[in-house]
Amino acid sequence: MLQVENLHKAFGELQVLKGVSLTVEKGDVVAILGPSGSGKTTLLRCINFLEKADSGRLVFDGEDFDLGRITRREIARLRKKTAFVFQNYNLFRNKTALQNVTEGLITARKMPKAQAEAIGLQMLEKVGMADRRDYFPHQLSGGQQQRVAIARALATSPEIIYFDEPTSALDPELIGEVLAVMRQLAAEGMTMLVVTHEMSFAREVSSKVIFMEGGHVVEQGPSKEFFASPKEERTRAFLRRITHPEETAAPSAD
Amino acid sequence: MLEQLFSSRTLDVLIEAFPKILLPGLTVTIPLTVLAFSFAMIISVVVALVQFAQVPVLRQLARFYIWIIRGTPLLVQLFIVFYGLPNVGVVIDAFPTAVIVFSINEGAYCAETMRAALESVPKGQIEAGYCVGMSWLQIMRRIVLPQALRTAFPPLSNSLIGMVKDTSLAANITVAEMFMSTQRIASRTYLFLPLYCEVALIYLIFCTVLTKIQHLGEKYLNARGFQ
Repeated sequence: MLQVENLHKAFGELQVLKGVSLTVEKGDVVAILGPSGSGKTTLLRCINFLEKADSGRLVFDGEDFDLGRITRREIARLRKKTAFVFQNYNLFRNKTALQNVTEGLITARKMPKAQAEAIGLQMLEKVGMADRRDYFPHQLSGGQQQRVAIARALATSPEIIYFDEPTSALDPELIGEVLAVMRQLAAEGMTMLVVTHEMSFAREVSSKVIFMEGGHVVEQGPSKEFFASPKEERTRAFLRRITHPEETAAPSAD
Repeated sequence: MLEQLFSSRTLDVLIEAFPKILLPGLTVTIPLTVLAFSFAMIISVVVALVQFAQVPVLRQLARFYIWIIRGTPLLVQLFIVFYGLPNVGVVIDAFPTAVIVFSINEGAYCAETMRAALESVPKGQIEAGYCVGMSWLQIMRRIVLPQALRTAFPPLSNSLIGMVKDTSLAANITVAEMFMSTQRIASRTYLFLPLYCEVALIYLIFCTVLTKIQHLGEKYLNARGFQ
């Protein structure tokens, strides 16, 4: 369904992505793992054109695009089939929870307001936020905001949802409620590409894992295999660091 | 001299002058302010957006406009248009001149306020707007500008209050606003101190009302989630 080939991206002199390729099939839940600075977020942002890739090929639903030369119109068309959930939620602060969900439907899809609101409410219910429909973002906790953001992503019935570290900005006790929503989406067959640090999510929910380091994909495969028998030494080192952080942590100053 | 100032004649003159000062306040100062400030708002939004969106050429023009206007005195600008432009055959009546000059002048200052307010809106919301399929204009109109205007509301109220008082400069180009009416009465009666204090008081009343409106406006906006 989604195929990326040989994606390159540099910020000035700094090569962030050095030829990344990946494939996502319909219904896949793909977790992108890797240390910070490995280019995971940039990869996701390039795929949804929030950053302009320098070169690469993207195939979406059988349609072929040259990422270095994609036009605005093509971007707009592709975005109608995708949705993005941000680390910092990025809810529209001057809109209520419900308006956040309906905004794209009303403006971009020219849907009548009543119909948009019906869909909006349905989506808020799905993430357990229907009772907060008239709250503004600043009146909601981080976890609640992220659930509204997920409802906003769902509202446009995307073929795939990109998640960029959806729980990284949350207080630990709020992470669970967001992951629960994502688990539910996965169970319903939603195609998801998730940059995450949540190992439990990657292990238990994702069907496939992509491990990145230094702008390369080091290893990718079904998540069971990935966690049970990682092939690459760098992957094993990363998994050790994640699962036993105290052993590899630098000695403290005192 | 002091007795003269505190005589019953002074009181009579002040009472008699009050409506004569207030009336041009209502018919000239306020319309001048409302018109000029409205145009200034339009100018400032456009000039700020052009910079915010980094439109080539237009952006440089915007910077040039702000540079010229902020770098020269308002009074001089009034004189250039009213007394200067007739030299090249451009004759504009006093009131329209005042509206034009005040609009352009205030527009430059408010454009900077507006630009700062636009930049204060977290960029992530723009990205989120793109991701739900909105166009740049839709994002500006429905997401960014409403929030920017909320941020800009207090400083813009400041500018508006400043402008009410600055309109007194229009007396210098023969606009018969409050201050000019006061000057006329003062030069006839020689009661400069009481009359100038009286007009100052009327300006103060105008600005007090505006301050009150600003507070109500902020309350209203806060209640609608703009905070």
